Amino acid sequence: MIITCPHCGPRDLAEFSYKGDATRTRPGTASGDLAHWNAYVYERENPAGQHREFWQHTGGCRKHLIVTRDTLTHAISHVEFPPTKAPRRSGA
Amino acid sequence: MAEYSAWQVLRHALTGNTGWKPAWRKPEPKPRYDVIVIGGGGHGLSTAYYLAKNHGITNVAVCEKGWLGSGNIGRNTTIVRSNYLLEGNTPFYEHSMKLWESLSHELNYNVMFSQRGIINLCHSPAQMDDAARRGNAMRLFGVDARMVMPDELARRVPGLDLSRTARFPILGGLEQPRAGTARHDAVAWGYARGADRRGVDILENCEVTGFLRDGDTVTGVQTTRGEILADKVAVCVAGSTGRVMKLAGIDRLPIESHVLQAFVSESLKPLIDTVVTFGGGHLYISQSDKGGLVFGGDIDGYNTYAQRGNLPIVEDVMAETVALFPALARVRLLRSWGGIMDMSMDGSPIITTGPLPGMYLNCGWCYGGFKATPASGWCFAHTIAKDEPHPLNAAYSLDRFHRGYVIDEKGQGATPWKH
Repeated sequence: MIITCPHCGPRDLAEFSYKGDATRTRPGTASGDLAHWNAYVYERENPAGQHREFWQHTGGCRKHLIVTRDTLTHAISHVEFPPTKAPRRSGA
Repeated sequence: MAEYSAWQVLRHALTGNTGWKPAWRKPEPKPRYDVIVIGGGGHGLSTAYYLAKNHGITNVAVCEKGWLGSGNIGRNTTIVRSNYLLEGNTPFYEHSMKLWESLSHELNYNVMFSQRGIINLCHSPAQMDDAARRGNAMRLFGVDARMVMPDELARRVPGLDLSRTARFPILGGLEQPRAGTARHDAVAWGYARGADRRGVDILENCEVTGFLRDGDTVTGVQTTRGEILADKVAVCVAGSTGRVMKLAGIDRLPIESHVLQAFVSESLKPLIDTVVTFGGGHLYISQSDKGGLVFGGDIDGYNTYAQRGNLPIVEDVMAETVALFPALARVRLLRSWGGIMDMSMDGSPIITTGPLPGMYLNCGWCYGGFKATPASGWCFAHTIAKDEPHPLNAAYSLDRFHRGYVIDEKGQGATPWKH
């Protein structure tokens, strides 16, 4: 598997670390919504097909990436940087 | 009289071996069953067997997408052990071990269970302490465990690099003498034959394509061989859990599917007569009766349903093999393959009623499902028959994640690709 890092170009899988499902939304730090926290920590869609997932280019630029990859074929259709962080808000 | 015995071999030999019967029938699906088990792998077949044998429920169908035993039951590295640390796990896996010990007689089918022992090597004083702790925990549960030291290792496993200059010098290890290996295909065939003889219909090439519902309640399945009704539908599909449960409208589970690769070398003269695991990385290796070394390591570490992996893990596993057994450097690899693992969020399985009425779920075996085959079916059959878990699988609930009762042997947290 070769991942094309938008910063470094096409690099071998061995240079990257997997960071998991990128479709989950993290509740706000002060949120007491346990169902939302549980879903965020433990529940996964685990699709057979297109999967949006975090990778980090640990053996290169160390940037975090969002990769869209087909879990049936390993074909990668899109690689992008995660959106820039919104300013921190308090509450949920 | 037993169907397979020395006398039968002799009798059939004298009559030209024309009298053997097929090990299981190829029945047409009936319109309705008491229980449908989805998945004709090891766990599904043992579930059907114990439903019939322990609970007298014989109007059972096993729906298998492909041919019998075409999934992980035929793709594993055949290791059987019960060397677990935590309370939720140890009694369950020890129950499995006890079932293994009488399985060939139970099934009248030689599953070639060989209690050759497993040795988990340690490479640091901290690892030795950890091994002693695990060994003590095992012994408290009545499981056999002992520490082995390098002089004994030199006698028992001659190929090991025990030099002080090794990258990860070996200080000793933890042994479970009753652990070992079994012939994986025979386990599937033995359970299939045992279930079939008790009246279970094994429906091969019968893929489940949907669930029949009455409101929330599951009342049967749609398959490529037509609709089949059932009072109870049990899902037992390992790496395909996400896909099958989606058909029932369950979109999210504490499961990710990952690929685990395994490897077999060319045949060698007897070299390793036990199972050895490497503590400096992740490697487990044994030698089959045919002489091939059977070994594997970590999962590839990214979500996938493709039954093939990538080269970094291949390189990693080979490097570890040669680090442990330098003499194997020139041995050639015969074949490698991948199987899809249902990696759970805490590394422990799920055997439960629900999540829908009329449905039962067995999944989350990560890459340790083979050793659990007998107890998994035994407990799942109990759960299906009684509509409540047996004490042995009570901890393997689906809601343990919500409630905070995870069973995390490695203390890894909800990162399934690292379990």
